[in-house]
Amino acid sequence: MEVLLYTILTLCALGVLSAVILYFVAQKFRVEEDPRIDQVEKMLPGANCGGCGFAGCRGMADALVKNDDISALFCPVGGGDCMKAVASYLGKTAAEKGPQVATVRCGGTCEMRPRTNEYNGARSCAVASSLYVGETGCAFGCLGLGDCVVACAFGAIAVNPATGLAEVDPAKCTACGACVKACPKGIIELRKKWPKDRAVYVSCVSRDKGAVVMKACKVGCIGCGKCEKVCAFGAITVENNLAFIDSEKCKLCRKCVNECPTGAIRLVGMEPLPREPKVAPAAGAKPAGVAAPAPEAPKAE
Amino acid sequence: MKTFPIGGVHPSENKLSCGKAIEVLPLPDVVAIPLAQHIGAPAVAKVAKGDKVLTGQLIAEAGSFMSANIHSPVSGTVTAVDLVPNGQGIRQMMITIKREGDEWAEGIDRSETLVRECSLPASEIVAKIKDAGIVGMGGATFPTHVKLSVPPGKKAEALIINGVECEPYLTSDHRTMLEHGEELLVGVTILMKALDVKSAYVGIENNKPDAIAHLRKLAAQYPGVEIVPLTVKYPQGGEKQLIAAIMGRQVPPPPALPIDVGAVVCNASTTYAVYRAVQKNMPLIERVVTITGKGLKEPKNLLARMGTPIETLIAAAGGLPEDAGKVINGGPMMGRAMVNLASPVTKGCSGITVMSGRDAVRREASQCIKCAKCVAACPMGLEPYLLSKMTQKKGWETLEAQMITSCIECGCCQSTCPAYLPLLDWIRLGKQTVMGIIRQRAAAAAPKK
Repeated sequence: MEVLLYTILTLCALGVLSAVILYFVAQKFRVEEDPRIDQVEKMLPGANCGGCGFAGCRGMADALVKNDDISALFCPVGGGDCMKAVASYLGKTAAEKGPQVATVRCGGTCEMRPRTNEYNGARSCAVASSLYVGETGCAFGCLGLGDCVVACAFGAIAVNPATGLAEVDPAKCTACGACVKACPKGIIELRKKWPKDRAVYVSCVSRDKGAVVMKACKVGCIGCGKCEKVCAFGAITVENNLAFIDSEKCKLCRKCVNECPTGAIRLVGMEPLPREPKVAPAAGAKPAGVAAPAPEAPKAE
Repeated sequence: MKTFPIGGVHPSENKLSCGKAIEVLPLPDVVAIPLAQHIGAPAVAKVAKGDKVLTGQLIAEAGSFMSANIHSPVSGTVTAVDLVPNGQGIRQMMITIKREGDEWAEGIDRSETLVRECSLPASEIVAKIKDAGIVGMGGATFPTHVKLSVPPGKKAEALIINGVECEPYLTSDHRTMLEHGEELLVGVTILMKALDVKSAYVGIENNKPDAIAHLRKLAAQYPGVEIVPLTVKYPQGGEKQLIAAIMGRQVPPPPALPIDVGAVVCNASTTYAVYRAVQKNMPLIERVVTITGKGLKEPKNLLARMGTPIETLIAAAGGLPEDAGKVINGGPMMGRAMVNLASPVTKGCSGITVMSGRDAVRREASQCIKCAKCVAACPMGLEPYLLSKMTQKKGWETLEAQMITSCIECGCCQSTCPAYLPLLDWIRLGKQTVMGIIRQRAAAAAPKK
């Protein structure tokens, strides 16, 4: 019984002694951390996706507090509202950036882009693209092996087995940019997000010459430049046989869509403009009705 | 009998064309010459559209020391210098030439007479090899003049001629040794002179007894040249494996080179090309290509000009069989599957293997059962299952520490895996990425000096 008592007493004494030592050590070596970091971390979405370029939200919060100029920092998941809230809390000015959405710029479905061979190796776009050109004649298009699907932390992207192409669910996409980095072909781009997921974009990244594109894919961009001429907002540039629509300049007027001879420019969430531009909008009830919510330059968000 | 100590596998040899004498393929009508068909910087085109060229004329100059000259394999008119899809469909800069007749540039000796004596000093031999654009013809396409330019402070002790040809199906080196043995041995003496070494070993696997006997008989007249028969084991033709087999020395991990253990290795076909370049002024414009496969009507060895479309070679061997599933540039172990048969023969193209349907398809991969067969098979002493897994997990630091850059991409691991895992596919990707990281780090460190 005595042994037990002494043991308990000794251990208690040791415990108290260690606690005292630890208390003083903790005082001596205390790391002064800005309490605002914790606050900012709470304001961030907490997805730890790495879309901001930091390993997690804590890293981002740390950078937001420590840097005087935070205009280069942006949380794509939280978006402009989150950044505004953080900035007003810290008394700094945040970068103004509208909401964005990941866009897969390839329209080469199985019918449009016939398969010329069968890939048999490891199921990875990075592996396939380091080995060869891909299952079709197009050297630039979507391989459909799903590196972007693996990279997405939000389950917002999936490869459609019917088309063989990656497809983004705009409702789930946070524009963190993980898929953009994962795609070895550089097909995915973060583009301005319009209301109701409307979009006009060149659904092709082929820099091949027109004749080569036509052979490989029915909906490829041949770099003819017709869209560039028709664009009133200077949003379209053609470089290396490829048209590109700057989503920040584009007003969704849709003139380029009708102009494109191959149908490489994709229109999402809207009806195309009537083919005959001289038809009065009032006369045709149907096109006018659908076109109404999207006037030539919708500025209202 | 000698062989290398670590790992290795025994794939079926399938040397279908080993008894077929080298045939000369008729001149192609159009050739396409890639500017990057060797390791190092791409060559710089010296001709433009519309230029007339002669056979053997320089059409592209080495882009740096680590690069190689390229000569026109035919005479005719340059029709384009443009991006053309290669065998893998990847766009590459190529010079396209339409053939007109067969007019040769001056100074090239096309006769078959043997020229034994070479009185040139070492520096001139290396210069001639450089001018002729000779690169390793076993497949690695390392510029030969770079190998022969021994850096100061290092000394070559022995020359090793690689006549192993361990890759299944391929027989181009075998036939070259049999039919051009004498020239090859003169090439060996030229290389020995260039390197200032007293001994040379010709390593040949003992599945080629005719080549061993033939060269042994001839080698009696060439002091210092020894023919070394080797036990059959893949990948004995790997430079480091061959040095281990013949000299018993291990080349340290990259960036170390064979010269660090006093060895210089040169492929048999390359040695023959060296003979032709130095003694006959013949640039590297043609090579022996094995065209083979079980479904093929007539597997054979063809002497083809560079730039000949590969479909022409297949047609010469009886055409593509109906059940062809895959056409491989190279052999089944290390070759690359092709998607574009119009692509040209290049300096590193030792063979074309046509796999029939059943052999062509990979079996479905299941889970790794940690049997470690791949570890036992790896001739570099690496752990392939780990390298493959870490590549998938993007653990680049671990991969670097695990020496992924030592991988020679021989495919032993993948061929031995009972779960049919695509180990090498992943390892290749990991190796490329890690090498990129190392290069970036070196580039970032360089300006500080």
